[in-house]
Amino acid sequence: MANYPNENLYTRDHEWAREENGLVRVGITAYAVEQLGDVTLVDLPAAGTDVKAHDRFGDVESVKTVSELFAPISGEIVEVNDALESSPELINEAPYDTGWLIVVRPSDPSELKQLMAPAAYEEHVGSLDG
Amino acid sequence: MTRSTPLIEEHRRLGAKLVPFAGWSMPLQYSGIVDEHHAVRQHAGLFDASHMGELEIHGPGAETCVDELVTSRISPVVQDTENEKIRPGLPVGKGRYTVACNTQGGILDDLLVYRLAQERFLVVCNASNHEKIQAHLTQHVAQYSNATLTDRSDELSLIALQGPAASSILSRITPAAPTTPFHIQQAPDLGEETLVARTGYTGEDGFEIFCRNTDAVPLWQKIMQAGKELGIQPAGLGARDTLRLEARLSLYGNELTEQTNPLEAGLGWVVHLHKPAFVGLDALRKIKASMTQPSQSTRTLVGFEMTDRNIARHGHVVVNAQGLEVGEITSGAPSPTLGRAIGLAYVPSEWKEVGTAFQIKIRHKVGTARVCATPFYKRPATLGTP
Repeated sequence: MANYPNENLYTRDHEWAREENGLVRVGITAYAVEQLGDVTLVDLPAAGTDVKAHDRFGDVESVKTVSELFAPISGEIVEVNDALESSPELINEAPYDTGWLIVVRPSDPSELKQLMAPAAYEEHVGSLDG
Repeated sequence: MTRSTPLIEEHRRLGAKLVPFAGWSMPLQYSGIVDEHHAVRQHAGLFDASHMGELEIHGPGAETCVDELVTSRISPVVQDTENEKIRPGLPVGKGRYTVACNTQGGILDDLLVYRLAQERFLVVCNASNHEKIQAHLTQHVAQYSNATLTDRSDELSLIALQGPAASSILSRITPAAPTTPFHIQQAPDLGEETLVARTGYTGEDGFEIFCRNTDAVPLWQKIMQAGKELGIQPAGLGARDTLRLEARLSLYGNELTEQTNPLEAGLGWVVHLHKPAFVGLDALRKIKASMTQPSQSTRTLVGFEMTDRNIARHGHVVVNAQGLEVGEITSGAPSPTLGRAIGLAYVPSEWKEVGTAFQIKIRHKVGTARVCATPFYKRPATLGTP
């Protein structure tokens, strides 16, 4: 079953954000992974690109479908998970660990306060499963 | 109101992710699309296809009625009067893949038509077209005084066993398995009305088994048990779609619609223009004649592979050098067997040569593709199996 680690914050669009020494690591949640199925392609912008909270910053494609990625926070991308280019399945295997997507240097760290705590996200997901 | 097949509890027990499909709750996947896809290519997969429609036409006029319903030969056809060259019709115990068209030559549905007896035919249609085909057949059959239509969809289930191990698995539970493709026979030991046909929708050898709803669960369990040591896995709609795409089998709603005709869809081989009559014949003869005029701009269904990292999907648009829309992607997915993204697209007919490069608008970007030979995947020939 999907799980939502306590150290992360979550968006309604199923991204997670984790503060790490003033930077924010971003990925997609176990729920998103479950919905997507086998991930086959991840399309991410290069490091140095600016992202804006709630705006699309990339796509993740599975065998069955494509899903847009939305930034949980505004700022500059300082690191991109290059391993996903050759091994997109890392997202399925470890969405909170080796399957991370980008690291952002937030322009306004207070935006993190608008994200959901694990319990709130779990409730949100629960309301989606009919 | 979503309907479920008699196998829904089996699917739940096997951990299926159920999704709504054509008004039915059907398994999208169990272990995962790619895993199930490989299982079917390497061993065997078991699919629930009970959502499909099964209609019977019977009576002394059934042959003519069915012959005039579909584009293929059901009755024998005299192709060349001078040489008295007669092409045979559909014999008892055999089925044929075909299409039913409207009077404009547009495809109403693709069908499997089996001749169960001299005066008894089984027509299998897509779940998404069931109501439409039921109405069309009702109207069509009413024109023949000695043919009767019975919609058996509510009483019959359909289970597809597909893969290189399918034949070994089936032989463990019944001696009644047709040895040649498209043949169908009764399997009384699996149920009073059980029929086994050597057909499928995956590009692999396999069987589609029709049975009464009450026989479906025991049959499913029997096959799963018999296939255990041979690597059988339950497989869902997701794998069914990637498997059929690799085998270049069309999907109604994607490659085939009422706005497409069988000639442009690459189904010329199921259209017999020498037949004396069938719904859409006049229109298709005209379309065929116009296709040979070079001035006529026509479109053709081609297979393609992506030449960059993008994945084109159903609904994406094919563009020319000026960025104008000249075609559309009907199906597209990463191919689990080939490890690259493939698809089918309608493109201008002059682009149909293998190797032709073209561009596809994929959301906010432009992807590059080239026409390639199809089927994308062809199962290795083996001795002793069809």
